Amino acid sequence: MRYHTPDSFDEAAGLAAKASGTTRFLAGGTDVLVQLRSDIVTPDDLIDIKLIPGVREIAVEDNGGWRIGVAVSGAEMSEHPRLGLDWPGVVEAMDLIGSTQIQGRATLVGNLCNGSPAADGVPALVAAGAHVTVTGPNGKRAIAVEEVPDGPGKTVLEKGEVISALHLPARGQGAGDAYLRFIPRTEMDIAVVGAAVNLRLDGDTITEARVALGAVAPTVRLVPEAGAALVGSTLDDTAMEKLAQVARAACDPIDDRRGTVAFRTKVAGVLAQRAAQIAYTRAKGERK
Amino acid sequence: MSMIHVNTKVNGDEAEFLCDPRETLLDVLRDKLNLTGAKEGCGTGDCGACSVTLDGRLVCSCLVLAVEVEGHEIGTIEGIAEGETLHPLQRKFIEHAALQCGICTPGILVAAKSLLEKNPDPSESEVRYWLAGNLCRCTGYDKIIRAVMDTAKDMREAS
Repeated sequence: MRYHTPDSFDEAAGLAAKASGTTRFLAGGTDVLVQLRSDIVTPDDLIDIKLIPGVREIAVEDNGGWRIGVAVSGAEMSEHPRLGLDWPGVVEAMDLIGSTQIQGRATLVGNLCNGSPAADGVPALVAAGAHVTVTGPNGKRAIAVEEVPDGPGKTVLEKGEVISALHLPARGQGAGDAYLRFIPRTEMDIAVVGAAVNLRLDGDTITEARVALGAVAPTVRLVPEAGAALVGSTLDDTAMEKLAQVARAACDPIDDRRGTVAFRTKVAGVLAQRAAQIAYTRAKGERK
Repeated sequence: MSMIHVNTKVNGDEAEFLCDPRETLLDVLRDKLNLTGAKEGCGTGDCGACSVTLDGRLVCSCLVLAVEVEGHEIGTIEGIAEGETLHPLQRKFIEHAALQCGICTPGILVAAKSLLEKNPDPSESEVRYWLAGNLCRCTGYDKIIRAVMDTAKDMREAS
């Protein structure tokens, strides 16, 4: 295994484009090292991107949104004084992943690139309308987060491409987001179902809403019908019932030891409702 | 296979070693630097027995490659006592009998010290969540939690 420490994303992409064998990018390493040590993936080239300037920064962009460096850890996101005020759902989703030790290293972009349908960080990013900048041999391109996963363990990134930044939109007024997951214990587990809701209000009425579900399909899924069920409502019983119904209809889960198809489908509706309630409360300006 | 030369700092002292890029920080601490306090339990970041600090941040040393620590600072269990004087956490763990076989203890002490540096007055829930990534198969955890809470109290009163 060759270990590389490029000092720019162009150089990192160039190394990956030229590599002939298995290539992995290394940031927090909490997935890559597990795969390496259990002989699931043994890279020929391991490209450590942590020496690239800016990868540990959380910065406000010109448009008022946030740029999160690809090597920012979960702990650094939780400790940031302002990120969690704008995007509490994104920060709480990342914070649910693993232990204190894992939080010290794990990154949101790594969670995305690992391609797990049960990734906790990804539904919150999808609901938030986040996008990534991808640097490749032919320059840069922007991809919406929901377009990145392409099946369990797979992404749409092509050979030589590396995610070079994660962008959250400007929060704006009267808006809130939330993420909830179901696990059979209180900590240190993989989501059986995850649900993220991001919405905006005008007075009491929802004017924009995005809903994303995790662990109920081969990829994390944006559910446009679920967002549509909320828009125009005041989160009344009719809207909540419709939300649960379309969220369940969007599920295409597997049966496994964590949960059955029926259980996952039912819980997806319940979590979507509860996340919507929290997002609504946050949008009203009541911290929760 | 070419070895990589790494310069780092462990418990405040300069250290250097040669390693294969696949070797973990845990492997190098134990096998090259003779610091065998950090233990390998699972090797996949689930059990916390290999906990160390990297630039002051609690991590699993089994999930850090040794080559990654070039220019960074490592803290291990061996750096917790000052000479013959045990750290208050170590004394309380003995007093409360908060260990049996002892395999998880170095990792738990490093993790608990990291908590008390960040939060000198944690609630029981905060201690339990902070240590959720440190597994102990002997004690049932209660003695560990009580020892950490008691240390925190003593350290607050002493400061």
